Amino acid sequence: MAIESALGESVVLTRTDKVLGWARKYSLFLYPFVTACCGMEYMAAAASHYDIDRFGAGLPRFSPRQADVLFVVGTISHKQAPILKRVWEQMCEPKWVVAFGGCTCSGGPYDNYATVQGIDTIVPVDVYIPGCPPRPETVLDGIMKLQEKIQSQKQEL
Amino acid sequence: MEESLTLKKLRERFPASIIDTHSFRGDDTAVIKRVDVVDICRFLKESPDLSYNFLMDLTAVDYLQMGNSPKEGRFEVVYHLYSLKYNHRVRIKSPLTEADPTIDSLTPLWAVANWLERECWDMFGIRFDGHPDLKRILLYEQFEGHPLRKDYPLTGRQPLIGPKN
Ligand code: SF4
Repeated sequence: MAIESALGESVVLTRTDKVLGWARKYSLFLYPFVTACCGMEYMAAAASHYDIDRFGAGLPRFSPRQADVLFVVGTISHKQAPILKRVWEQMCEPKWVVAFGGCTCSGGPYDNYATVQGIDTIVPVDVYIPGCPPRPETVLDGIMKLQEKIQSQKQEL
Repeated sequence: MEESLTLKKLRERFPASIIDTHSFRGDDTAVIKRVDVVDICRFLKESPDLSYNFLMDLTAVDYLQMGNSPKEGRFEVVYHLYSLKYNHRVRIKSPLTEADPTIDSLTPLWAVANWLERECWDMFGIRFDGHPDLKRILLYEQFEGHPLRKDYPLTGRQPLIGPKN
């Protein structure tokens, strides 16, 4: 306390943990794993009208090695599942997964031989964004939830 | 109602292989015996006044446990032909038995039949004799059975990875 008052407003004291969380939550590099109709809504959310860049998530990476959030957008079939798993495995830590849309959360409208009933049966999911497809507001809400989660996590160095 | 030109010509040309024909609001259908499918389609394609040059769709129906199931068999292969020249269409159906769901391939007539027949094999397990490469097109090789058959379990899943769900 004493130090802070001596230094005035030129210095902010905090914990490394908090700084790292703050940095990480505002520099999300998404990997959009887009397979179906939800992709249109992802594009709407990412384009200038809703401007996902306000949350530091505006730059999609199309290489899993450069991304830290796997955005699974659209129906995942059993044929597609091994590919999704492999993309997830290729991502570096720390990494998060967002299930975008009803199909990824639970299989959505499809309950048949072809569709995976929720991607959480294949990869661990951090945030579920429901909707068929979710509105951009819902997507932004999901990103904010993810940011809260990132900030509150223990930050591995 | 007067029979359309297509059905009339079919009846004249293939009296023994036409099982039935009907026209509903201008939609012509001919139910045929499977042995003549290639000859009939070639006739439809190559006759100058019919000129059905476009195979629009090729699929099948499984009539398992349906009251109106065709006596000749459980499956019916359905072909939709269209003439770009005359803007008319015809539907060709051919019943197949459960024991021997086999019909001749239309690949010599239309290249598009290749993929359509592979899909039909994938989903219904109907074999197309003379097809150059009859293998699954949508599902994976490890998949067992044919999911659009009515006796395939509704929630029968064969995941490649992950738990059965
Ligand atoms: S949740 Fe709806 S909109 Fe999204 S991929 Fe599934 S069916 Fe399409």
